[in-house]
Amino acid sequence: MSEVKRPGRVGLLVTCLVDQFRPEAGFAAVRLLEEAGYAVEVPLQGCCGQPNFNAGDNAGARAMARRVIDIFEDFDYIVVPSGSCAAMLRMHYPGLFVPGSADHSRAASLAGRTWELTAFLHDVAGFTAIDAHFDGAVVLHDSCSALRELNVREQPRALLAQVRGCRVQALAGSDVCCGFGGLFCVKYPDISNRMAEKKIADLLTTGEAADTLVSTDLGCLLHLAGKLHRDGVAIDVRHIAELLAGTTDPAAGRKE
Amino acid sequence: MKVNSDFPGLVARGMRDPVLRASLNAMEASRPYMYKLAFDELDDAGALKAAATAARRRSLAGLGGYLEAFERNVVANGGQVHWAADAEEANAIVARICRARGARRVTKSKSMVTEEIELLQALESAGLEVTETDLGEYIIQLRGETPSHITAPALHVSLQQVIDAFNEHHHLDREHPLTTADELLTEARAVLREKFLDADVGITGANFLIAETGGVVVVTNEGNADLTTALTQTHIVVTGIEKVVATLEDAEVLLRILPRAAVGQRLTNYTSFFHGPRRPGDADGPEEFHVVLVDNGRSAMLGTEFEDMLRCIRCAACLNHCPVYTAIGGHAYGAVYPGPMGAVLTPQLAGLAGSAHLPNASTFCGRCAEVCPVGIPLPKLMRHWRAREFAQHLRPAGERRGMRLWSSLSRHPVLYGLATQVARRFLRWYAGRALATGWMRHLPWAGIGWARHRDLPVPPAASFQQQWAQRAKAKHR
Repeated sequence: MSEVKRPGRVGLLVTCLVDQFRPEAGFAAVRLLEEAGYAVEVPLQGCCGQPNFNAGDNAGARAMARRVIDIFEDFDYIVVPSGSCAAMLRMHYPGLFVPGSADHSRAASLAGRTWELTAFLHDVAGFTAIDAHFDGAVVLHDSCSALRELNVREQPRALLAQVRGCRVQALAGSDVCCGFGGLFCVKYPDISNRMAEKKIADLLTTGEAADTLVSTDLGCLLHLAGKLHRDGVAIDVRHIAELLAGTTDPAAGRKE
Repeated sequence: MKVNSDFPGLVARGMRDPVLRASLNAMEASRPYMYKLAFDELDDAGALKAAATAARRRSLAGLGGYLEAFERNVVANGGQVHWAADAEEANAIVARICRARGARRVTKSKSMVTEEIELLQALESAGLEVTETDLGEYIIQLRGETPSHITAPALHVSLQQVIDAFNEHHHLDREHPLTTADELLTEARAVLREKFLDADVGITGANFLIAETGGVVVVTNEGNADLTTALTQTHIVVTGIEKVVATLEDAEVLLRILPRAAVGQRLTNYTSFFHGPRRPGDADGPEEFHVVLVDNGRSAMLGTEFEDMLRCIRCAACLNHCPVYTAIGGHAYGAVYPGPMGAVLTPQLAGLAGSAHLPNASTFCGRCAEVCPVGIPLPKLMRHWRAREFAQHLRPAGERRGMRLWSSLSRHPVLYGLATQVARRFLRWYAGRALATGWMRHLPWAGIGWARHRDLPVPPAASFQQQWAQRAKAKHR
């Protein structure tokens, strides 16, 4: 752990999927933030409201946003191990409230302090002391929200490049959606499946055959992991934070 | 505008079609690449897109004034302008002009507005013989279909299917059957040449209307719009009111961006400016020049959250880059306009209740908005429709209850923690023997959609937040 303590309290917005399905990714995020010199707190929290917002339930999303703002507004930084949840706070919260209202200014203030994990480590913390080793051919899937809503493209790549032994493979069509899309994948499973099939076809044609798939977003990863497992394709799936933190946990769905 | 609301059925049909799949895969592999090349070669593609967006914003900000100026200038050039509030009125105007000219045969170049108002069907039931002259449109006319793409209407049709259609509808020499695309083209050219020469009325759409000159701009790659208009006595332009731009200069900016965005071309093969009927001394051109300006739900979008959609120049970049469109094809959308632009426009033109699936069938990946050359925030507009659907109870009741419950739980993190713990415990119990493998193949209730094509990692016994709290407790001990 870094000896130098940086100023600023970091609140981790865990995200529902990390909370419920992949706690390892949450602990990896905490470890990275602590290595970067920050004191990390995890206040008791629920969902950011993204599913409701995407379903058109603006009133529900607004109420959830208010609660998240209550919980996180005293932190200097709100860091999120997900592009889409970070984008919900950063890009969409202010729009849920009437401009000029107190809620709107609180939402706008929170938005300005909210960061996707790799963007925070790279752009805010200037973190260059990744101390991890991972022996494998790794492919990075850009999540659409991270890429297009938050412009997170180079940050995860720059961080992965510091992991010793990690051979990052270029992915054709890396800016094309994998078909997760939150509730989309449950409401339109066949369309989602066709999109996943195309993504997996690209995953199977990297320069060196990839053995591990990582991304900033667990939603895309659970969707692709589930499809890879159903199809019997042996590619491990992990949140990018796990690789950056030098994980020793087994990959999603793998037993110790 | 008609809409087939059986989205799931149409999707299933589209995804089963191997011909469509091959076409969509080929398109997906080429069009985005051509788009990128066409914009990358510019010194400042962003500036051109900004200028195009500004030109479209300008026309919408002064739409009424520009349309009136356009009408004045068309009349000054010797033409006539007709205003149609809806499809029925537009079709009646065109039929009336045809009748007044004693017309029997009509040629028509490609126009999505005429698809929207079903002009072809209206004219045929008025006893006219109408021939589509764009090759793609001609093919689907023979096949009795609607376009599956707004710039490539016969995208879903294979070479063999074109051969079959020509064999069925043309009187071909069976000794020498058509086999190649070149032979088909020669055949179509010969057939269409006769139609052009015989036509009494030529109908085109418009890509842009120029307010300051009364000009009508039409782009094609086949030159069929020019033959449609030059070889008939009457030229009728049928287009939407939003197509007007303020100046020739604005049209020029948009002409630089439309072919690049559509097919990666710097300029279409033919770019024609029509300014009224034949003048004394002109070598050719029609005797009468009519412009039918169709509203059909457009003016109702002004001043609403959907006004941005009126900037659309129908380039189809959003279709070409859409991973959902390229998975299901255009006919799955059940209406004339498919893809992201259709998902926004169809609910406006055909009613939200009948097209409620369309704004929902998007992952919000945002690629459409990224490539839109006039900056239409398509996902945001789909979001507006979703909000209206939720407010108007157009979503399934179960989804609504689920959202309400999720919102309540999330606002009470202790309850959220308890409820999700119960859910995880239930899933682990439901997993049964699968618990040992780490993967669930079967899921209950809402998980059915997930498990159709995917396994699910068995959730852990303790959530991150529970584990975090346990560690904190251990530290303080």
